[in-house]
Amino acid sequence: MSKLPIVDIRNVSKVFTVGGGEIAALRDATLTVQKGEFVCLIGASGCGKSTLLRIVAGFESPSSGEALMWNKPIPGPGPDRGMVFQDYGLFPWLTVRENIGFGPASRGRPKAEIRETAERFMALVGLTRFADVYPHQLSGGMKQRVAIARVLANDAELVLMDEPFGALDAMTRERLQDDLLTLWGRTGLTVVFVTHSIEEAIFLADRVVVMEPSPGRIASEHRITLPRPRDVASPEFNEIRRELSARLHSHHAKTAA
Amino acid sequence: MSDATLASTAPPAAAAFPAGGLRRRLVPLGLALVAPCALLLVWQVAVQSGMTRLIPSPHEVAEEMVDFAVGGIWDDAFSGTLLTHLFASMQRVYGGFALAALVAVPLGLLIGRVALVRQVMDPFLQLMRPVPVTAWLPLSMILFGLGARSAFFLVFLGAFYPILLNTVFGVRSVEPRLFEAAEMLGCRGNAQFFKVVLPASLPSIFTGLRLGLGLAWFVIVVGEMTGVPQGLGAVIMDARTLSRTELVICGMIVIGLAGFVSDRIVVAVMNRLLRWSPLHHV
Ligand SMILES: Nc1ncnc2c1ncn2[C@@H]1O[C@H](COP(=O)(O)OP(=O)(O)OP(=O)(O)O)[C@@H](O)[C@H]1O
Ligand SMILES: [Mg+2]
Repeated sequence: MSKLPIVDIRNVSKVFTVGGGEIAALRDATLTVQKGEFVCLIGASGCGKSTLLRIVAGFESPSSGEALMWNKPIPGPGPDRGMVFQDYGLFPWLTVRENIGFGPASRGRPKAEIRETAERFMALVGLTRFADVYPHQLSGGMKQRVAIARVLANDAELVLMDEPFGALDAMTRERLQDDLLTLWGRTGLTVVFVTHSIEEAIFLADRVVVMEPSPGRIASEHRITLPRPRDVASPEFNEIRRELSARLHSHHAKTAA
Repeated sequence: MSDATLASTAPPAAAAFPAGGLRRRLVPLGLALVAPCALLLVWQVAVQSGMTRLIPSPHEVAEEMVDFAVGGIWDDAFSGTLLTHLFASMQRVYGGFALAALVAVPLGLLIGRVALVRQVMDPFLQLMRPVPVTAWLPLSMILFGLGARSAFFLVFLGAFYPILLNTVFGVRSVEPRLFEAAEMLGCRGNAQFFKVVLPASLPSIFTGLRLGLGLAWFVIVVGEMTGVPQGLGAVIMDARTLSRTELVICGMIVIGLAGFVSDRIVVAVMNRLLRWSPLHHV
């Protein structure tokens, strides 16, 4: 692995001060992500998954350690890194088209280009017919498609997703997982994806990063080499599921004791 | 990602109303008229059964209203003067209201968004706020003299606080997530003011404008007690001095209707600008 990684997290710790007390949200995390990789972060609630993602996004800065992108310290939020939130974060006063065009418009692109970009990415996520509809008129799955199209339309090369499908029903979720993989395969994106679901992680990822809480830290990494599309019912899939689940639960057992 | 699968998830909302909309509109209208009609009935019965001698009957009031509006019945000083008084009041109400909105909305946006402005202005404004508009009356007469300018000032004061406070509230309660979303998409600093803060607080601003305009009509009567020759408040005060209760009631009805129509206009503008908000269709 001598290639320059797109993301390089070196011994990053994050401490939050809450009412005089301190919370170690993340301790000594080290993680690299290669261009084009699909990485899933998984772990119990409170183990610092969101914190790690938000540090890469630039919403938080590390208390110690270094967070690098293309070998440069992450200066703050930027259009090269798109975040997809569990609660969508769409602008309710903008239509689907305008939400997707928000990034290019903010960067002062010409009108014709904004329109063309919005059209292209609406088509990509299958929302062309809903171009002039406001977010409150969309289903959760459709909102999340808009959120994904919005970061892609902004030329993000790194997409950070924080439990993006957590609020969706199983069927919508499966469809979006398939669609996300198709998009990823087609575009050469790099994705860092937080999830609570072991199955989702194994289905999507090149690599699964297991985290543990109090203090939040990275416990282990697992490369998933199953060919895609992956069959969640196959014995190989179940073997990995068993292994990961044992890892996650061994920790639960430790804290419960 | 296929369109066909999405179609079953949710229909596009822009579908036009089907035929039969007339009935759908008449029923609410009928229901809305129930309470006013009941009031009229109680009033009529009360007057007829002699429960009160001091209140004129609905019929007398209606007669006075016609005379007030177009004249030809009593031909006194008030005959056919409704529009004159209405316009005089409207000028003060809308003038005071517009000035209040012009000052309160930008000030509210700044107080909500800029810590320094908030620290300087907030304690002062909170201190002034509990003072009722009516308490300003004597001072306003000293400052602005007897007459229209005083009324204008009181209307301004009455409309100012609801607009200001709701604007500040709107700005303060913008979801932090939306700032994050804007920032990661490349919209930062002052651009966020127009692209995020303003649209996100628009629902609250409109709530403030509605309350403010309502209060403006509320205050106008007090404002026109300061000795203006024209205006609905002045009519009510004069009619009271002359013991012409039917004219007092006419003035009340006109103010009520004018306030109602004003509110509908604001609501119409609001519904147009807040099409995106599921909560704002009145
Ligand atoms: N802004 C903040 N201020 C104070 N404490 C915070 C903040 N953000 C996170 N924390 C704390 O840091 C720890 C890790 O939080 P984080 O949100 O990263 O966990 P998570 O793994 O994403 O959990 P979940 O799966 O529930 O989303 C938690 O104990 C949380 O309370
Ligand atoms: Mg989280």
